[in-house]
Amino acid sequence: MKFGVIVFPGSNCDHDAYHVVSKHVGQPVDFIWHKQTDLSRYDAVVVPGGFSYGDYLRAGALARFSPVMKAVKDFAAQGKFVFGVCNGFQILCEAGLLPGALMRNSGLHFVCKHVNIKVENQNTPYTSELEKDKVLSIPVAHAEGNYVCDDATFHALEENNQIVFRYCNESGEISPEANPNGSRSNIAGICNLDRNVLGMMPHPERACEELLGSNDGRDIFRSLTNAIARI
Amino acid sequence: MKAKVYVTLKPSVLDPQGKAIHHSVELLGFEQIQDVRQGKYFEIALDSNLEESEAKETAERIARDILANPVIEDYRVEIVS
Repeated sequence: MKFGVIVFPGSNCDHDAYHVVSKHVGQPVDFIWHKQTDLSRYDAVVVPGGFSYGDYLRAGALARFSPVMKAVKDFAAQGKFVFGVCNGFQILCEAGLLPGALMRNSGLHFVCKHVNIKVENQNTPYTSELEKDKVLSIPVAHAEGNYVCDDATFHALEENNQIVFRYCNESGEISPEANPNGSRSNIAGICNLDRNVLGMMPHPERACEELLGSNDGRDIFRSLTNAIARI
Repeated sequence: MKAKVYVTLKPSVLDPQGKAIHHSVELLGFEQIQDVRQGKYFEIALDSNLEESEAKETAERIARDILANPVIEDYRVEIVS
């Protein structure tokens, strides 16, 4: 089993992801510079958080044109796992691997805090070790996490159970007060139809150590590892 | 030859930055302001030997493929010779 963490100019959560995969997941992992175009030796790639290309034009808009992204598209088409976190989620939306877009937070502020998210679909490779409706405490740190899509896309996401995480309060209630950024229907993370591509704004790689306030993120990585092992 | 590209949020998309600017405009004492929407403006210099129609087509493709995100934004292209 081998993981890769893609590094764009401006990525800054790449080392966090690398640390979690090597230390807590206990699997070999490489950094993949964005100019690389061969992903054949990997089972899963993490598209990490940060500010790729300085967020110029739109968050994630320019990273889409990095050479590695064509390889990531082919990789996803082969059913391999692509896990986008924060800026990674924005990049996957810009690249068309996930539907919708992430806009400026409705409150305009950069939001940096622990939030609660609810597992809305446990039948994905990223959530199979979690119970449905379980509430996870995971930090967010973003200015553009406001998930937007048109009605047709939203209904398709609901019908196909592609909404994987929603922002909620401590008891799992999904309310406007629990929504940190104005995301449609409190959406915090979605997957593609085939379930092998996941994007989420909260940072599970920053929630894998009790010392950092939560280790709820470990179950997401554990789910993914088990999904790869089953192939 | 120059292409001017205007990228604007779709009317259905809320614009929190425009709202904040609107609020500041009101604080500045301007009344009768109904709404402010923020957008982006690009100037693209093109080869002068291009036909206007070719220039427009090129700029439209650039606007569609890079400058605007069709999920949330519209664009408009003007060619100035």
